Amino acid sequence: MFELRINGEMRSVDVEADTPLLWVLRDTLGLTGTKYGCGVGDCGSCTVHVDGQATRSCITPVSALAGKAITTIEGLGAREPHPVQLAWLAQQVPQCGYCQPGMVMATAALLAEKPRPSDEEIGIALSNICRCGTYPRILRAVHGLIDADLRREQTQKEAAEREAALAQEEAAQRSRAPRGAAQNAPAPKKGAQR
Amino acid sequence: MSALDAVSAVKKKDPARGPKRPSRRQFLVAGGLAGGGLFVGYIAYLLRDRDRLARVPAFVRNDKEFALNAWVKIVPDGSVVVAVPHQEMGQGIHTGLATLLAEELDADWSRVRVEEAPLDKIYGNYVMLGDGLPVGPEDSGILATTLRWVGFKVGEGLGLLATGGSTSMRNAWEPMRLAGASARELLLATAAKKWRVPAAECATQTGFVLHVASGRRFGYGELASEAAQLPPPAAPRLKEAKDYRLIGKPLPRLDAPAKVNGTAQFGIDVRLPDMLYAALAQCPVFGGALKSYDEAKIRALPGVKAVVPLGNAVAVVADSWWRAHQALANLPVVWDEGANAGLDSKAIFAQYGRDIESGATTEYRAEGEVWPAMARAAQTVEARYSVPLLAHATMEPMNCTALLKDGRCEVWAPNQSPSLVQLAAARSAGIDSDKVVVHTTLLGGGFGRRVETDFVAQAVSIAKALPGKPVKLLWSREEDMQHDMYRPAVISKFRAGLDPAGRPLAWWNRIAGPSVTRSFMDRTLPAAAMDFPPDKANADGAAEIPYAFPNLLVEHALSKTPVPIGFWRSVGHSYNAFFTECFVDELALAAKQDPYQFRRSLLGAKPRLLKVLDTVATKAGWGRPLGIGMGRGIALHASFRSVVAQVAEVSLEATGEVKVHRVVCAIDCGLAVNPDIVVAQMESAIIFGLTAALFGEITLSKGRVEQSNFPSYEMLRLAQSPAIEVHLVDSGAPLGGVGEPGTPPIAAALANALFAASGKRLRSLPLRLPKPAAAPAAAPTS
Repeated sequence: MFELRINGEMRSVDVEADTPLLWVLRDTLGLTGTKYGCGVGDCGSCTVHVDGQATRSCITPVSALAGKAITTIEGLGAREPHPVQLAWLAQQVPQCGYCQPGMVMATAALLAEKPRPSDEEIGIALSNICRCGTYPRILRAVHGLIDADLRREQTQKEAAEREAALAQEEAAQRSRAPRGAAQNAPAPKKGAQR
Repeated sequence: MSALDAVSAVKKKDPARGPKRPSRRQFLVAGGLAGGGLFVGYIAYLLRDRDRLARVPAFVRNDKEFALNAWVKIVPDGSVVVAVPHQEMGQGIHTGLATLLAEELDADWSRVRVEEAPLDKIYGNYVMLGDGLPVGPEDSGILATTLRWVGFKVGEGLGLLATGGSTSMRNAWEPMRLAGASARELLLATAAKKWRVPAAECATQTGFVLHVASGRRFGYGELASEAAQLPPPAAPRLKEAKDYRLIGKPLPRLDAPAKVNGTAQFGIDVRLPDMLYAALAQCPVFGGALKSYDEAKIRALPGVKAVVPLGNAVAVVADSWWRAHQALANLPVVWDEGANAGLDSKAIFAQYGRDIESGATTEYRAEGEVWPAMARAAQTVEARYSVPLLAHATMEPMNCTALLKDGRCEVWAPNQSPSLVQLAAARSAGIDSDKVVVHTTLLGGGFGRRVETDFVAQAVSIAKALPGKPVKLLWSREEDMQHDMYRPAVISKFRAGLDPAGRPLAWWNRIAGPSVTRSFMDRTLPAAAMDFPPDKANADGAAEIPYAFPNLLVEHALSKTPVPIGFWRSVGHSYNAFFTECFVDELALAAKQDPYQFRRSLLGAKPRLLKVLDTVATKAGWGRPLGIGMGRGIALHASFRSVVAQVAEVSLEATGEVKVHRVVCAIDCGLAVNPDIVVAQMESAIIFGLTAALFGEITLSKGRVEQSNFPSYEMLRLAQSPAIEVHLVDSGAPLGGVGEPGTPPIAAALANALFAASGKRLRSLPLRLPKPAAAPAAAPTS
């Protein structure tokens, strides 16, 4: 009997110790989103997260997973679609779709660790096989996510600068204004307190 | 002239070894199943398509659904359910077909979903059968037209549901639009009746019927039950192309959301109550058989339920696939390796080499007088090319779930032909076809592999041993790779003569290899299997070479091998395009001309091909200097009624590795029903073809396939994938196929680019450059 934490839930499974996680997910627990492609850890169709790391579940025995948090494609976008899934839809990535859960999981793990990987790093992390040849669209989707991250940082930076400028201005006004007037001044904007 | 006479007009060179005369029916089935792409007489087509609008009872699954014809039903909540008779394997056909119907129905696209069509002749693929006939696609003579008509009639008669030969859109274009238009008119008439106004005062708009003058409206869902009672209109009116609001737009794929969140259901994902799992080992040698096994050794292993012998294979059934797989690995099995235990790749190529020189040949196209012209030529050029066996290697390995109960059989399978699945299941179960229910799931790749039914027959045989229990058979990747129906290995020989100005005078091309159609028929419909008429797939792409050669001869020497071979994305085009488009480059070199301009000069009367070629050359910047060590290659190929040209830019790395930097592609497939899906299919076909050109090779030793999994049968990966640009050219030509035509030219574009980069002409695939020279170990002994 093995206790596994899968998508935030504890599940106990009665299987042999050398059973690969892939088959526990698919056959024992009915989580069929994770796919079998090669059984030798090469094609990446079976990619899940183990403690956040992209892991090829077809060569990971259940006995190695005690106390670890496992996330599958079913858990990734359980509450709302994950940004990687949205990017996949925006670029219309899937064709036959069989390898895509593994691709999405590998990408999500990569970007969580490194939000702006180089193309070389993308190539290494996304070594998964797609027989339909969706690679150009996958690359576009990942570039889109990287751009979004850059924009997010830019926006945050600009907001911080605006707030700094505003604070400076207010400080200057306070120093110019008579004491009584400063007490009636409007409270600083909510954003400025962050 | 009868159809058979027409076929006999395809000359057989060696009457001594000539064909036994087949029955008319044999020929039609054999020729028709071959796949490919032809146009069917338009008037006949339209007439028949109206007959395809009848209502099919099996299409309606509950009393909340109202079928307006065989192709569309409407639910009171306004959802539109479209019957799709073609299987989704990534090519986007579910989305494309739904688009056709939704367009004419004026449906709200966000309310449209698809459902697998039931097994009924009405949904049969009529076009595919006409496609395999041994007449050229451009041939509009009486003979060819008659043959196509006959092929169409047979297609109608058989009503085979199948997806292949890039035919789906061409098959469904008329019936699905007519079905949408017919349903729209029924809804409109129903609303008019309810309002008691003339139908002419009503209009339809995205899921509603409107009464224009009063502003009243009904949702389609409110009208469905009444509309379903009306007789269909005699002549539904189709929209004009200028009024399309869905066709021609890059609509998002209907299957995409489920494919990114893991809920998409492939065959491997089927789960049924009390289901058991089967793992399978087949005799490693083709044609071998199971001799014995020692069940006692594994009977006590956890979860094992049964061991089932299957003639050439043995299956272990357990309560999980992993347990079945593990037990199978521990099962002692003895094989009778049979007659092919000594077969290897070298022997096969040696046999081809003999047969191409001395075997009987079939002429596929003969024009002018090749040999006198060759004798007149100022120079002749000769070359011999070859390609290896290839596996399909779909990402989802072969699988099928079967349940036999009370004399009935139910199967769930990712497949390219529910009709053939039904046939195979019935045969295996020993029951009539009408006792077999087929459920087609999404396909984790097809590429021609899933038009086969070997895995279905096996699953049913296993389930037969465990009546009442559903059994899911799943092949391991190793079984999948070593028991494919391979793209055949083929060799091709050319001789061409040029005049003093470098203009071609004569073109001779002889191909040697086995017949895919024959191999397929031997497996699928053995009663109809034969070598006559000649298999069009052998010469697909070689016989219809588009260039102006005043004297031309294209022949095929049939060279049979025991290797099971099958339809592999673009079939004969996959090798003939590599052969012909490389040899055309060799002629350009001999003529001291630029490869692009040389092709142009030979396409005078082919404006459609010229436009595609010019588009790709312009977009690729043909003639612009490239970096040192880089080269550019061009190739043009028409297949499945579409025209595709590609330019590849490559460099040779210091390691001897070929790096593909960029591929520019132009396609004319007529109207692009969904331009984004056409682009995706070009990207897909290019990468599929690059994998084959750079890595793909299945070899045999001792009758066994030597490769077993991806590490030994390598695939192109993201890091090696080039930038791809696709340009759509619409010449106004009739609809062409999209799933396959992008694959044929890429190997030639690549080899031609490699020649430009390195000066080395590689004439066999995969493209392997000699390793960078190492210091010679010893002096030669000669």
